[in-house]
Amino acid sequence: MEGINAKYVSKKISKTRWRPVSSSSLQQPDIFATGSWDNEDNSISIWSIGENGVSSMGDEFEGDPQLLCEYKHNGDVLDLQFLDQDRIVTASSTGAVTIFRHHHNSQTLSVSQLWERAHHYPCNNAPCTGVVCNSPEIVTVGEDGRIMLFRADQEGVLRTIEKADSSAIHAVTFLRTTEILTVNSIGQLKLWDFRQPGNEPSQILSLGGASRTGDRVPLHCVDRHPNQQHIVATGGQDGMLCIWDVRQGNMPISLMEAHTSEMWEVHFHPSNPGHLFSCSEDGSLLHWETSSNTDTPSFLQGGRNTSIISRSAIAPTGGNQSLINAWLTGDSSKGHLETTHMLPSQMLSVNSLDVLGQCLVCGTDGEAIYVNRHVPI
Amino acid sequence: MEEVDVEPTTTPIPGFDSNQKHLGFVWGPGDILVYETIYKASGGSAGGCPFVHEVRKDEDIYSPILRKLFNESHHIFVGLQRIREDLPSKNKKPQFVSISKNYRSVIRACMEELQQVAGIVSILLAVELIWNLCEVLFIDAAPAGSLVLHLLDWVRLHKADVDEKAREVLASESPAEHQAYWDVVISYVLQGRMDEARQVLVKQAALQPAARVMFKLLDNLLMKMPIFNPGETQTLTEFDVKWRHWREEVDHCLQDQSFASNRHLEDICKILVGDEDVLLEYKELLSTWYHFLVTRLLFSHPTVKPTELHYYAQSSMHMFLDTRSVPEPLDSILLAAFEFDIHQVIKDCSIALNNWWFVGHLTDLLDHCKLLQSHNLHFGSNLREFLLLEYASGLFTHHSLWQLAVDYFDHCPEFGRVYLELQIERVPLDTERKALKVIRICEQRQMTEQVRSICKIMAKKALRNNRLGSALSWSIRAKDAAFATLISERFLQDYCAKGTFSDLDLIDNLGPAMLLSDRLTFLGKYREFHRLYGEKRFSDAAKLLLSLMTAKIAPHSFWMTLLTDALPLLEQKEVIFSADQTHELMFCLEELTSGKSVPTPDRPMQDEDIETTKIELLRLALARNLAMAIVKEGTVEV
Repeated sequence: MEGINAKYVSKKISKTRWRPVSSSSLQQPDIFATGSWDNEDNSISIWSIGENGVSSMGDEFEGDPQLLCEYKHNGDVLDLQFLDQDRIVTASSTGAVTIFRHHHNSQTLSVSQLWERAHHYPCNNAPCTGVVCNSPEIVTVGEDGRIMLFRADQEGVLRTIEKADSSAIHAVTFLRTTEILTVNSIGQLKLWDFRQPGNEPSQILSLGGASRTGDRVPLHCVDRHPNQQHIVATGGQDGMLCIWDVRQGNMPISLMEAHTSEMWEVHFHPSNPGHLFSCSEDGSLLHWETSSNTDTPSFLQGGRNTSIISRSAIAPTGGNQSLINAWLTGDSSKGHLETTHMLPSQMLSVNSLDVLGQCLVCGTDGEAIYVNRHVPI
Repeated sequence: MEEVDVEPTTTPIPGFDSNQKHLGFVWGPGDILVYETIYKASGGSAGGCPFVHEVRKDEDIYSPILRKLFNESHHIFVGLQRIREDLPSKNKKPQFVSISKNYRSVIRACMEELQQVAGIVSILLAVELIWNLCEVLFIDAAPAGSLVLHLLDWVRLHKADVDEKAREVLASESPAEHQAYWDVVISYVLQGRMDEARQVLVKQAALQPAARVMFKLLDNLLMKMPIFNPGETQTLTEFDVKWRHWREEVDHCLQDQSFASNRHLEDICKILVGDEDVLLEYKELLSTWYHFLVTRLLFSHPTVKPTELHYYAQSSMHMFLDTRSVPEPLDSILLAAFEFDIHQVIKDCSIALNNWWFVGHLTDLLDHCKLLQSHNLHFGSNLREFLLLEYASGLFTHHSLWQLAVDYFDHCPEFGRVYLELQIERVPLDTERKALKVIRICEQRQMTEQVRSICKIMAKKALRNNRLGSALSWSIRAKDAAFATLISERFLQDYCAKGTFSDLDLIDNLGPAMLLSDRLTFLGKYREFHRLYGEKRFSDAAKLLLSLMTAKIAPHSFWMTLLTDALPLLEQKEVIFSADQTHELMFCLEELTSGKSVPTPDRPMQDEDIETTKIELLRLALARNLAMAIVKEGTVEV
């Protein structure tokens, strides 16, 4: 756990996201945005972790994140994404979707666009729970069971899928440029194809009878494998990590016990998909690593590993025998999967994490942000 | 009733004239709601006032910088509670000392950030001072010999301006002629920092070569001053002997008038023998009575025992302070600490500070060090628990810090759970995510009642917004069969009204949740019937339909609809229902109609007609089907 700094910020952090760096440059990310929740005045903030210039081995003194600018936000920040280098989209508990613009010269934030009642019930507002963007398109989902499609710089709504879900939709991700995947509070994954008119999903997947208790477990987060468009990871209320192949029927490829309570976020590492990160209400942040060809099984290699019980139900469909197979088999006894805790114990819930390059940032209910600049990838 | 310790403070309410009206109030968890009543002070009543005022004592928890204090100390607190009980207390002492230092460093970090806001900084300074003293006296419990050294450290830490002044003086062109030069030297001596004093003195010595001998003599004395080293094998008595020898030497020099020509050097010498009058001349440099106390101890009684401290403390305070001035709260708290009266310290701090943070955490730490006798209060819990409960209850009123309070309640064995049960239900639930966190807290502590009530609140909210799927998932979480039944009724009502199902994605994918309530099971099965019918699997559909009625899964009110659904199956060319099945259907129909045989006058005629037509159609279809079925079953293939 070296290299982790805690920074107390006097607000509970609900979301943290790195500002994207251009894929060609080998730079490490240095700016991240956070959103707060459960405060009377919530805000979004931009932080910098300073120059990563000359770093010596075992560099003890790493710069604290410095606050660059802050802006008031109406309602809890339930989701936050960078649209591009300058703009951030947030989803609010008041049902509003806002685009903020970060002005680098003056280090200020301003509201660039606002859709106030993007998500609503007939009489009230409904919280907007997830936002995902593929510039310039923005897709949002909410507790009202609606999926909205916007375009940045265009006032109106591009498309609404009414009654997409009878329960609250918790998260969304892009599978392809025109296809999205949503997860909801009755444990279903739904695929939507924007090329098709109508309000019906093109596919519905759910946990069948394969889960631990046999109940439908609400799902809270979803992330797509960076290279394989049909592999997604989900996490839900029971803290289990599921890897799905959406082409294949109704059962997840593997199920792994990860956390003891709700898993809030799961992320594949964008450039190194053999690594997966998940964070949870129980205050832990796990780093999942698929290591190939080790003689000693990973659980004997030391470090703080959790035991993994995997119930791999279906063998992977032939074809690509690359690293993704490790996810699909999820069999720890073959020394393929290793997990490490990345944070000290006895923490309040870790609500959000983001990983880019070698840097990891996460925010907790203990009103602290943790930044790790040397994630072993 | 007990007497009050201090005069209560009055807080004026803006816009309220106490001479005119009576004030009404009601207690909240951390504040009071105050309103103007219609009753006049002189009797009689007048028009009311529309305002309600909220009076809050503790503003601190709303300060963003102090929030860091609360969060970080929460982390330390939880870590402290988890220290294993089975370790012998000898091994635990260094752990406790380091935890105490952690708390203090958190306070210091806060102070650094709060430099602008003067009021809170001075309170934090005082708090850290008191905590540090408690650490030295109670937790570290230094014995005679080391005690003075620790107290010296304590004073040095809290009198940082000496170093600043010294830097200024040494940085100047001619340090020895600087205005504050001698102040610096004497301050160093008063703090027992002989090496630094000597270094600064050298500058003066260089300027006055004529008095070189004098300076060398003083330098020698300063260098030879014995300092107790607890690590060495030297015992306290040996040190005492050495120290007395050294003191005699210094006294000798004084008697010899060796320093008579330089007043400053003479003063230093007098300080070294512990001359109290000279010490009091330098009141300004000492600035506080406790500095005076420690300096006095250093030069007169370096082997003072902890039990003797209070005597010196009292006399120091009397000597130092004007007899006219009233002792400040801080002074009486420190005095109580020197008297090793822990309870008095806690009591005075509770009164002086408006937030339970300090006393709560300090008492908890002292309790872990087993320093508090079990001092049972009137209502059964002990002092530590009482203070922690008060602190945590205060936290719970905060819109965000309530999550920290949960851990505090967890570690109050007697009343913590009850407090938590009462408070957790009152956390406002604006989003599903917050509700999930609150429920998780309750589930981890097996507070099933609270889980049910929160889930019910969320389910009702969802139902009101017509989010049947959400409502159902909340009922499943709470295992609330009654609510699940309610939701199924809504679905069925919708179906009867519109003829189609809404939210098919939910009903089709109920899974094992179907078993939560009978009505829900029926809903699932009924939908399955429709699906089978749509797939033209008529015999399966028929079997299912029949079982719904015979197994009594379907509510009676729905039987008519089910029988009507059976009609198209009966009217098919092919015989679907067997003879037995048809008999059963007829039986069901009879059961249904037997209850309706009495015509009621207030039912409109059209309804009656429709009902009777339906029944007649059914009877006809059933009879026909029965006939065809008997024929089919009776036919023998030749």
